[in-house]
Amino acid sequence: MMNYIWPLMLVFSFFCALATGKISSLSSAIITSGNDTIALLLKLAGIICLWNGLSAVAEKSGLTNKLCRLLSPVLNLLFPSLKDKRTKEAISMNITANLLGLGNAATPLGLEAMQRLQKNNPHPDKATNDMVRFVVINSAALRIIPTSIAMLRSEHGSEAPMEILLPALSTSVCALCAGLFMTWFLKRFFK
Amino acid sequence: MNVTDLFLPLIVISIVLFGALKGIDVFTVFLDGAKGGFKNILSIAPSLIALMLAVSMLRESGALKILCDTLSPVASFLGIPSDIVPLTILSPISGSGSLSIFEAVMKEHGPDSFVGQCASVIMGSTETTFYAITLYYGSIGIKKSRHTLPSALCADFTSFIISPKMVRLFLRK
Repeated sequence: MMNYIWPLMLVFSFFCALATGKISSLSSAIITSGNDTIALLLKLAGIICLWNGLSAVAEKSGLTNKLCRLLSPVLNLLFPSLKDKRTKEAISMNITANLLGLGNAATPLGLEAMQRLQKNNPHPDKATNDMVRFVVINSAALRIIPTSIAMLRSEHGSEAPMEILLPALSTSVCALCAGLFMTWFLKRFFK
Repeated sequence: MNVTDLFLPLIVISIVLFGALKGIDVFTVFLDGAKGGFKNILSIAPSLIALMLAVSMLRESGALKILCDTLSPVASFLGIPSDIVPLTILSPISGSGSLSIFEAVMKEHGPDSFVGQCASVIMGSTETTFYAITLYYGSIGIKKSRHTLPSALCADFTSFIISPKMVRLFLRK
């Protein structure tokens, strides 16, 4: 998929820059984007290492296991064919971090879950149905407490920064349902 | 003090404390786990470089603005306020990009206006889909993402359409 979308983005940008006369800013964008990415990766490196460390502690102490048992009804519903216990644990950690609105923690935990899912993948270059479902769940951003948005809102002088909780939660639930329906519906067309 | 500020410290403390109480060498285990993080970073770097190139080219070439202007009539037909359109286009591809548009909306309309509330709900109910796919699949070397992108974009699209309706339902009676 990205083999088509990525070149399309680049070519489209190039012709837009020609049309709008912004070729010079396009050229500087190309020069700086590599540096920007490395800066972003360095920022991510600290967060990822930190949460990998914490999740190792949580796993060894059996905390992850407890959490997994708590979430297992939901997990069995979302991933009926998933048997591996350690994969389930990694997924529950990721979902918990998402629910609490800790996006920075959710990403490293999600990477860990993906690695576990990959271990049982018969075709290592192709995404499994469970992987697709997992990524879609992540992209629906289901969270009980929209921590970071509420913080931004209060910074801008909102009188009720948390008032978006209910509309955001119900929107997420609708988005999640739509996404999950599509994964179920589309899976037969992508072998 | 903000109550939400308590979350993160509490979670970190409880993980470490629980481990210590269970008699685990928390420090050693933490170091072992953290070491694995660098491997993750190296594996996501190539795909992230490719994605960031596309995103900054789209933004700097004016392509995003052209897209927004074209999609504006469609958005208004769907009940999405026109000030939100740039947010809907950027939010699946760039986290920092959508954040800067969100900030602009907050400044111009205020967080408690209808547009501000819609923008907040969209920000709170979508993730940067392209980024998540690139990161997650890049880290384990998946080349064929199959139906991930269409499904995830469908979830995002649902958020865009539903959010103004939810704001009306819950916050504007």
